[in-house]
Amino acid sequence: MSYLTVEHLTKNFGGLSAVSNVSISVNEGELVGLIGPNGAGKTTLFNVLTGVYKPTKGRVLLHKNGKDIELNKLPPYKITHQGVARTFQNIRLFKELTVLDNVKIAMNQQAQYGVFGALTRLGKFYASEADIESRAHDFLRKVNLDDLAYELAKNLPYGKQRQLEIARAMATGAKLLFLDEPAAGMNPQETQALTEFIAKIRKEMDLTIVLIEHDMSLVMNICERIFVLDYGKLIASGTADEVKKNPKVIEAYLGEEE
Amino acid sequence: MKNLFSKKNLIWLGVLLVFFFAVQVMIDTRIITPYYRQVLYWVGIFVILGVSLNIIIGITGQLSLGHAGFMSIGAYSAAIVMRDMPDMTGLLLGMLVGIAISILISLIVAIPTLRLKGDYLAIATLGVGEIIRIVILNLEITNGASGISNIKNLISWPLLFVFVVAAVVLSANFKNSAIGRACISIKEDEIASEAMGIHTTKYKVIAFIFGAVLASLAGSLYATTYYVVKPETFGIATSINILIIVVFGGMGSLTGSVIATGFIGVVNMLLQSYAEVRLIAYALILIIVMIFRPQGLLGSKEFGLDRILGYKPPLGKKPRKEKSA
Amino acid sequence: MQQFLQQTINGLSIGGVYALIALGYTMVYGIIKLINFAHGEIFMFGAYIGMIAVVNLNLPIYLAFVFAMAVTALFGVIIERVAYKPLRKSTRTAALITAIGVSFLIQNGVLMVMGANIYAFPQVIPNQFFTVMGLRLNMLQIVIFATSIALMIILQYIVSKTKLGRAMRSVAVDKDAATLMGVNVDNVITITFAIGSALAAAAGIMVGLYYIKVFPFMGFTPGLKAFVAAVFGGIGIIPGAMIGGFAIGLIETYVAGYGSTLYKDAVVFAILILILLVKPSGLLGKNVKEKV
Repeated sequence: MSYLTVEHLTKNFGGLSAVSNVSISVNEGELVGLIGPNGAGKTTLFNVLTGVYKPTKGRVLLHKNGKDIELNKLPPYKITHQGVARTFQNIRLFKELTVLDNVKIAMNQQAQYGVFGALTRLGKFYASEADIESRAHDFLRKVNLDDLAYELAKNLPYGKQRQLEIARAMATGAKLLFLDEPAAGMNPQETQALTEFIAKIRKEMDLTIVLIEHDMSLVMNICERIFVLDYGKLIASGTADEVKKNPKVIEAYLGEEE
Repeated sequence: MKNLFSKKNLIWLGVLLVFFFAVQVMIDTRIITPYYRQVLYWVGIFVILGVSLNIIIGITGQLSLGHAGFMSIGAYSAAIVMRDMPDMTGLLLGMLVGIAISILISLIVAIPTLRLKGDYLAIATLGVGEIIRIVILNLEITNGASGISNIKNLISWPLLFVFVVAAVVLSANFKNSAIGRACISIKEDEIASEAMGIHTTKYKVIAFIFGAVLASLAGSLYATTYYVVKPETFGIATSINILIIVVFGGMGSLTGSVIATGFIGVVNMLLQSYAEVRLIAYALILIIVMIFRPQGLLGSKEFGLDRILGYKPPLGKKPRKEKSA
Repeated sequence: MQQFLQQTINGLSIGGVYALIALGYTMVYGIIKLINFAHGEIFMFGAYIGMIAVVNLNLPIYLAFVFAMAVTALFGVIIERVAYKPLRKSTRTAALITAIGVSFLIQNGVLMVMGANIYAFPQVIPNQFFTVMGLRLNMLQIVIFATSIALMIILQYIVSKTKLGRAMRSVAVDKDAATLMGVNVDNVITITFAIGSALAAAAGIMVGLYYIKVFPFMGFTPGLKAFVAAVFGGIGIIPGAMIGGFAIGLIETYVAGYGSTLYKDAVVFAILILILLVKPSGLLGKNVKEKV
């Protein structure tokens, strides 16, 4: 039983098919890559998987606790509550807030009090706040960002911002992460650091990761399986070596040397 | 309990008590003349309005232009209840009625309109404010255009002080909680916020209702302070006046709103005979601030004890794990 | 039936005025995504200039139109250059608050210069009535209706047939691409403000003629209603503003005629909220989702 199952997913915009009839399955604990030339529909697929867009056709199923949850019927925040989180191609941190607050917001579901508790600070307010604060710090230590806890997110170097965005997504309690071009705009050293970072967190936190990437070195290095999209269609899948030799993939990438 | 009587809270309490008694003594000794007292009351009422609008605009990032409408609900509720009960019970009851109506109306308005983005929301709330005004203008119980006069004047410095402090403290608590953080994240980036599991519509509605309730409360105080309420008092001009407070004080800075209201109250007093010049100056400042300092004149920082005492969170400080049990 | 037709005629003439104002909102929104909150005040400013042209400069009414439209166009351009241009890159909330500031500024500026008193717009168009098939047609209504239709036709021609119109449309679609194609985006935005303001001035004079009143706060309600009209038709879409203008004019007149005059403004705002809920993109608009 695979963890994430995408069944015949299609997303049309007007007459245009951005994603057409894509079926993918991901096992628990896997790290898979989603590649394809520009405009192949990778980000659109992510947006459908995370609830930003509703699919025109098809289903997205998450297998959890012996049950299949139909993610395509949920709004984005409820998908996150199911343990699925994402990052964005063009980093969307809460820039004016501190690193710590970015993580605390991701942990908001853990607050043990409601509006009344917040306004009056009665009940579990202080305990719950202290708990969230300490968990946020614990978490930041785990991802080696705790020394930056009180920096504003916008003041972090680019590579750290990417890391924080991934960390923030994990802090929601996610077990399945969608990373949209995590290495975009990075130099080789930063990419290397990120590769190690992803490998480390995945092992430590039992994550399942799906990542979109343009940087082939990253994908080929760490992804166990790779799916290739072109013009919205799934044209190949398999291990890095299999995909590399696939004539369809070579053809798709010939047009654009990147 | 230990948290409630933390050092910081105790210092705040001390500052507030000193301020309260200082003003009370000045009122008793007539250093604050009845005329200045009117300015003080104005400032108090508009502090509540400014802070509550700041929750909606500055914290949650939703531009609402119908705040005066909710103020009028509180004002008229107090005025109508106090027609038959011209005493403190009547005022408090009127406040409760106003709050109840405000919650109802803001809920009806908020759930659908808050799905709208930025500028559409602004216009929709402006429309709501106008609808409230027109309805009041045409109802019998509100006495139409001539409004309600001879409302019992029950305002006093202690009464005002209690409500203003309560409103500001509640707002600060709101801001510094998981709910406040959710609201701030919506302002920062709504899409990212939703991706973090935040039910954005829910939190926008909560912020909107909270703001409306405080505005209604301020309206009730307004009614008993000025003993006349008329529909024209609660038009768009008043909503913009409150907006000016938020912009001056800084988007998201509650203490900034308090300071800005005090400042504007004093300026209004000094320039009383030059009303047009004053309004033109405000309009100009609004434009200039938005061009050069869109986060507001005083920025989004709070003016708290932490800053005054020079307290900074130590980098990488240890979490207070032990206390949480 | 008779009464219905009569109301329809009244509604169409005031609707033409709303359409003219709505065009200004819609053109500006289409091009820089700003709700020009001050547009109602530009309309009010135009009414004052028109009145001054007739009373103080003794211009005939058609020249008063030309004069007021020219002066107001210039006024609109100044506002754009001074207040809005520096805000192109800032948030929409900041831009909208600026527009509110500009609105407040114009209102109080006019209040200071001209005073709070209500001026009577001279009745330069004879208040003649014709009876056609039992319907009373007012000369003034005909002039208003004809002028607004004529202005709309001219605008439609400019937008769809001229080089300037093409430039405007390209800027509305994609500013960066337009720049690459050699379009001077700043100039196009300036001209858009000029045209929108000129139309508002024409509407201002017509409202002055129709209600015989000119005062500093006259811009607020018609401005808001015209905005509702623009949203109704689909903001950013020129034919939408025209349809929206007439629709709001008609609805308002019917409500006043068959229901209560007191609630006609409330109904317009209720319609606004309703449209925003049901189809925020308006009658002719397409739904677009924010890019992620």
